[in-house]
Amino acid sequence: MTEEVFRPRVRFLSQQAVEQIIDESFILLEKVGLFIENEEALKLLANAGQKIDHAKNRVFIEKGLVEKCLKTCPSEIRLYDLEGSREYLVGRDEVHFDPGSAAIKILDSITLKEREAGTSDLVTLYKLVETLENLDFQSTALVSADVPKEMADIYRLYLGLLFSRKPFITGIFRVESLKPMLDLLLAVRGDAKTLAEKPLAIFDACPSPPLKWSRLTAQSLIDCSRLGVPSELIPMGLTGATSPVTLAGTLVQQLAESFGGLVICQLTRPGAPVIFGGSPAGFDMRKGTTPMGAPETMMIDCAFAQVAKHLNLPTHAYMGLSDSKLVDAQAGLETAMGATLAALAGINVVSGAGMLNFESTQSLEKLVIDNDICGQALRLVRGIAFREKPLALHLFSELGPDFNFLVLPHTRKWYRQEHYFSSVLDRDVYDTWTALGRLDTFQRAGKEIARRLSLYQRPELCLKKSADLQKIMKAYAASCGLEKLPEVPGLKV
Amino acid sequence: MKPEPNNHLQALSQAIVQGLVDEAGPLAEKAVAAGMKPLQVIEQACVPAIEEVGRLWEAGDYFLPELIAGAEAMKAAMTVLQEALKSSGQSLKSAGRVVIGTVEGDIHDIGKNLVASMLRASGFEVIDLGADVKVERFVETAEREKADIIALSALLTTTMLNQKRVVELLVSRGLKDKFKVMVGGAPVTEKFAREIGADGYGESAVQAVSVARSLLAGRGGNHD
Repeated sequence: MTEEVFRPRVRFLSQQAVEQIIDESFILLEKVGLFIENEEALKLLANAGQKIDHAKNRVFIEKGLVEKCLKTCPSEIRLYDLEGSREYLVGRDEVHFDPGSAAIKILDSITLKEREAGTSDLVTLYKLVETLENLDFQSTALVSADVPKEMADIYRLYLGLLFSRKPFITGIFRVESLKPMLDLLLAVRGDAKTLAEKPLAIFDACPSPPLKWSRLTAQSLIDCSRLGVPSELIPMGLTGATSPVTLAGTLVQQLAESFGGLVICQLTRPGAPVIFGGSPAGFDMRKGTTPMGAPETMMIDCAFAQVAKHLNLPTHAYMGLSDSKLVDAQAGLETAMGATLAALAGINVVSGAGMLNFESTQSLEKLVIDNDICGQALRLVRGIAFREKPLALHLFSELGPDFNFLVLPHTRKWYRQEHYFSSVLDRDVYDTWTALGRLDTFQRAGKEIARRLSLYQRPELCLKKSADLQKIMKAYAASCGLEKLPEVPGLKV
Repeated sequence: MKPEPNNHLQALSQAIVQGLVDEAGPLAEKAVAAGMKPLQVIEQACVPAIEEVGRLWEAGDYFLPELIAGAEAMKAAMTVLQEALKSSGQSLKSAGRVVIGTVEGDIHDIGKNLVASMLRASGFEVIDLGADVKVERFVETAEREKADIIALSALLTTTMLNQKRVVELLVSRGLKDKFKVMVGGAPVTEKFAREIGADGYGESAVQAVSVARSLLAGRGGNHD
């Protein structure tokens, strides 16, 4: 028997508040407008009859156009893995976790200091994430310092595609990289039609707060939309610094920026897949920093997802990360709070696992620990299922005089589905824990990394496609002045 | 009742400490109208007030909005007082001339703006080049404007190396002794500043002011 399971939910806004935020952001778009520094985007908007102040690259976008674009924007997206066989629904209340990106440093497992990452670090990270069952997606989470900066964005996707089955969340640092990065995806899928039918990667594009789409980010929206590659809009207002200090005020700005991105995508190609996401932060007025683990940051994220759901759009947020510099109590606290709230808010793509230090440092140990945090958050939203009818009564007639539940077939039948089993959290009795070497979470995570990496198997298709991928990468590297690509561990060059 | 000059000074001082931007200018005007010398107002009200703002920041009582408001109120008062000085044929000796900007590749300017505000409030002339500023532009502007200090901000570890490039360019053009170089920004440390050959490093906007002062102590400005 199956009865609909009650899904626990968190909401931060009343229905009236959601509508007020939407109304005010429409007015903001009409009266203040957006700064769009991209000729092609400006042309699209002009052709759609929007008023443009060319001297200031400012576009005043009408409510009617946004509403029209909302109608053509899909409410669900389906991503597919490398082989195109496993499907991931991005929409409704489905929750998918992926590593936070993009870190410019990695926390060294031995020195416990952050350092620059190289090719082998990226490969290890991708392999590890392949084994983390609660992270559905990969992301180009780490930047490799052993190649020229001009190719840093494409190089991380290239390495990722050489080793991963899971779909990717990625993005560009330079306009020039967009075409070769899309070429990599085309090489995997074979042709543009298949890539559009079965997207393998999502491209993040960040408007610059307040109210600006740069040449780079607008171009990413246009080129991805043309190919049917999903764009994830990442506004990043900082309360009181680059957006209004009130959380509600920041939501208005974030929505106006997102509407701008949505319109550019839909004008490029009606039906282009768009995800409403974000990386806002409750700006720290003492330190001048952008805490991702602050409750206010999470409140903006959850509330924005609620607004996007009201508009029937797929959602994203940077949640489940920490500002701590080590994998310590703060890291666990902030990550768990973020991942739990994101899951309860039903956010579709949740980027954050492994991340420390204001989105700038990745940690393998934290990835492994966060895999458990995400697993627990996912368990929460699977809810309390009513597996059988009656729920319990029938068991008591089966039980012997000793009331031993362990021997019941009912127990064996359901225990795996009812419980989440962690891979690194400690649930040993004290003596066992002592006998195992009195390890703390970080140390256990270190052991778990080794165990998981030993289980990793490279997908056949990665092997088959590697020559094609290498060809694209080599050509682009040469244009950046790099004749020979760094040695990739475990890969014949 | 005739207002006491001291009351004017106190009111102005309080307005700056409390960051009352709209009141600081008119209060400075009142003080001058009551017959006080502009220099006296600056020395006895404005300077102690902005120092108090800095102290409250360092003590952790003030946060960024209060710090900015204090600097803005100071600026409003100084605009009035400098005007008054000029009409009496005097001028205020500049604390120094600073060319400031966020280095190439970096669009973060919150920290840089803070430093610029605090320097202005503390009597420096500030030429703000904005964000994503090319290495050459810092050096060329500093030469043209006869600056004393080049102040370089970077928020990203990837762009902080451009601070180094500015120092290198100064050295290669034989200009290193002509300008003092100050660096700051989230990833920047005192050690890094030393390594790249910068002359000063400030951890906060308030510290940046004292660093700038100490760099120019006992040295005449280029533009005098």
